[in-house]
Amino acid sequence: MDFISIFSIFLLACFVGYFVVWSVTPALHTPLMSVTNAISSVIIVGALIASAAAGSPVSKWLGLAAVVMASINIFGGFAVTGRMLAMYKKKER
Amino acid sequence: MHEVAPINPWVALAYLVSGILFIMALRGLSSPASSRRGNRFGMIGMTIAVVTTLITHVPRGADGALDTIAIAEVLAAIGIGAVIGLVTARRIAMTAMPQLVAAFHSLVGLAAVAVAAAAYLNPQAFHIADAAGQIFTVSRIEMGLGIAIGAITFSGSVIAFLKLNGNMSGSPIMLPGRHVINLATLAAIIGLVAYFTQDQSPWVFWTVTGLSFLIGFLLIIPIGGADMPVVVSMLNSYSGWAAAAMGFTLGNTAMIITGALVGSSGAILSYIMCRAMNRSFISVIAGGFGADSSAAAGGS
Repeated sequence: MDFISIFSIFLLACFVGYFVVWSVTPALHTPLMSVTNAISSVIIVGALIASAAAGSPVSKWLGLAAVVMASINIFGGFAVTGRMLAMYKKKER
Repeated sequence: MHEVAPINPWVALAYLVSGILFIMALRGLSSPASSRRGNRFGMIGMTIAVVTTLITHVPRGADGALDTIAIAEVLAAIGIGAVIGLVTARRIAMTAMPQLVAAFHSLVGLAAVAVAAAAYLNPQAFHIADAAGQIFTVSRIEMGLGIAIGAITFSGSVIAFLKLNGNMSGSPIMLPGRHVINLATLAAIIGLVAYFTQDQSPWVFWTVTGLSFLIGFLLIIPIGGADMPVVVSMLNSYSGWAAAAMGFTLGNTAMIITGALVGSSGAILSYIMCRAMNRSFISVIAGGFGADSSAAAGGS
């Protein structure tokens, strides 16, 4: 893909991100932040690509270290969000 | 423009689906009724992105055969992260949530730094360099931005964690002449990223990294503990931009879409949080108005 196509995708995604969270309820600020954090661990995709790349052992180990870090964030992030939301639900009842 | 690695339409489609699931996750988390479903959408989206990448980037040996040891290492890395993440999430006290999120952010920042460094050290494997090992100019800018934002996210989040966790005083720490120091450091980072397009020597790359770690630290220490949640949300936004920048480097649409999504929604969320707390967004981000505005006035 050429740069301008990638850039178009990027800009449109920025706009979606801009509009999607405006209506958030104040009580959900922290869970939303936590889920956004979990989603930002999409960096694991880059880490996986780096750890599969041949040619440089240092680069591979950097990739593997990044996979561990991003993976902590994915599992921890979604689990913690789930815990927060479970608590919120109890309060509602 | 340089050609990035050829893209399989099925892979692009899978990344698009995971991007849409992330949008639905963010949307779902905006209202109590749909919040749990939103969290599940996020998990499914992440699973799709990870599995797709695992399939398309299976480690192979020089002869093209599957490298089983490398595959085991990758799976072990995911497993180790899963255990640490799940145990931490289960054990942590509910009152310690803000600092936990800050700690998780620092990991994303550091992961972005590691990925950028991996790409810098082995550019040909990522199709971002010519045969002579010269990295393409666009890639150098993207990589420079990625490592700078990643490093700022890391050191900033570490400070935010220390302040929220009480390991560090929550009151703003005012260095004399901090505005001059911050501006000079920022200018040096921008200048060096620009210079990096001319000269890809290691010292330029690592100096950018070092200065970015430093500025992340400097930007957060003058902010008071009460404003930390907003800062954590702001750092969240940064981690998104870092992922997007690395997505440009690797020509990966999953990272670009999701990074942009997290980047812009994180920025809006921190603005909304500021408004809910009756704080001025600019003064929180500019720093120093944290606990006591008179202290800030005296410090600057």
